[in-house]
Amino acid sequence: MKKKNNTVAKWILNIIFAIVAFIALFPLIGLIISSFRPSTELMRNGITFSINWNELSLNNYIYIFTQAGEYWEWYGNSLIISGLTIILSLFFSSMVGYSLATYNFKGRNLIFLFVLVIIMIPFEVLMLPLYQLMIDTRLIDTFTGIMLPLIVSPTAVFFFRQYAIGLPKELMDAARIDGCTEYGIFFKIMAPLMLPSFAAMAILQGLHSWNNFLWPLLVVRSNDLFTLPIGLATLLTPYGNNYDILIAGAVMTVIPIVILFAFFQRYFVAGLSTGGVKG
Amino acid sequence: MINNSRLNVEEYNFEGKNIEEPPVQKKPNKFLKILNSKRVVPYVFVLPFIISFLILTLYPAIQAFVMSFQRILPGQVTFIGFQNYERIFNPSFFKALTNTTIYTISTVVVLVSVPIILAILLDSKFVKFKTLFRSALFIPSLTSVVVAGIIFRLVFAESESSIANQIIGIFGVDPVSWQYTGWSGMLLMVLIASWRWMGVNILYFLAGLQNIPKEIYESAEIDGANIFQRFRHITLPFLKPIIIFVTTISIIGGFRVFEESYVLWQGNSPGNIGLTLVGYLYQEGIQQNDLGFGSAIGVIVLILIFIVSILYLFLTGGFKRGDE
Repeated sequence: MKKKNNTVAKWILNIIFAIVAFIALFPLIGLIISSFRPSTELMRNGITFSINWNELSLNNYIYIFTQAGEYWEWYGNSLIISGLTIILSLFFSSMVGYSLATYNFKGRNLIFLFVLVIIMIPFEVLMLPLYQLMIDTRLIDTFTGIMLPLIVSPTAVFFFRQYAIGLPKELMDAARIDGCTEYGIFFKIMAPLMLPSFAAMAILQGLHSWNNFLWPLLVVRSNDLFTLPIGLATLLTPYGNNYDILIAGAVMTVIPIVILFAFFQRYFVAGLSTGGVKG
Repeated sequence: MINNSRLNVEEYNFEGKNIEEPPVQKKPNKFLKILNSKRVVPYVFVLPFIISFLILTLYPAIQAFVMSFQRILPGQVTFIGFQNYERIFNPSFFKALTNTTIYTISTVVVLVSVPIILAILLDSKFVKFKTLFRSALFIPSLTSVVVAGIIFRLVFAESESSIANQIIGIFGVDPVSWQYTGWSGMLLMVLIASWRWMGVNILYFLAGLQNIPKEIYESAEIDGANIFQRFRHITLPFLKPIIIFVTTISIIGGFRVFEESYVLWQGNSPGNIGLTLVGYLYQEGIQQNDLGFGSAIGVIVLILIFIVSILYLFLTGGFKRGDE
């Protein structure tokens, strides 16, 4: 009797989750299928249940690869900005987190408190003064201006600190006896040990930068500096005639990330559940 | 501890330079030596944070308050006292406040209750392909809000053949122009946020469920507690800290809402049906270029977030340490 109940429960639960998973993925599946539909028809009807299979074609993609130079400019900008943000923010944030975790120095607790406070302050409140600052320093409408607020990320500092606390301190002493400088200890010995945390934070910072919207919306003015989200958003008008770029472009923004996710799932989960604070 | 380490440094200098190794040929630069002392190194490492904290957080935080008392025109800044604040309490602001409050309450309810249930079900030993289901629920959080906006605009398109209108058609409801009706506009914003954040919140609750010792469930089962009693008296109390955490970040996130609205209406929704507090800040501060007034809105948002989250933490005992 009990066993029978269990099989029923098993079936019901698995069916429930199959449905839930389908609902979660449905919008993306719908987006991908729709990207093969004629853009004018898509604009008129939206995403529909009924698919006219004869209509499906690669036209939107052919158009975007041959005619839509600006889309690839946005793509390049997003790649450059995300790449630089990952490199710079990992470099600086890991140093700070490592230092907070391994050294005893005056003001350490105060600095750590500041890290936590910054995580809690809503960026939107600081946004206008920062915008003004960018204008005053002529960093408005530059890549530097877009990246600056992301470079020393308090979330990443926090994550690196938590990770570095667990590192064996004996290694540091051993290295000192061998005549290694403090910087050498970090770069040659400890940082390699922190590799998994670098992977998780590279993903968090990279994704954050790739999808970042509000700040670039304020800072970017000229078309040739548009990032993908900003560029795509300009096409989002009810009278738009660029639905081919919009729909195929949206697919090509997400799919690389989903593929990366399939390979580095563990690090995505580790990174995103620390940085899960919306924004 | 500190003494100890100092001793170590001396020992190392002594042994390292004079006995075990031949004398170093190149005399180390004095500046480099100071730069490498254990006293200075930690500060060198945290320097980027201090600089960025001062310039990119502390300065703007102070400026936000200062600017809210100013009228800011290019090259001409005047102190105008509370005039910005006197102007704030107008119909647009109250519309934004109402919308933001409804949005915050809805997202908190959806993004706390549904993930708890899904996490508990997902944690059950009966579910096969756990990682697969977890990944499927997580994938929406990889999309940018702009892509989510594109998708939801198309799924909820006005045309009667769009998916949303087809579904309500099954129940005999006439097609809705989702983006241009008050309640459905709000629904779209809540749906976009829920779709994107569900998977992340499930992860938090799954992590929390790992901390509940399985033996407690077993002994409760032997004592004859049914599934709901076990949920009420074991699962919920153990998950309480995570529930408080997720609710707090959802409240803060709710008050910060802007992007979900922007991708639907580009900052100008019909009859302000999608106007949020940060949206109003953007409209006034950036689009109208009234940085002083925008900053005043920002200060109000900050105060609201502060009051609501402190109040919530007090009511739920989130400030207490440990269990009760």
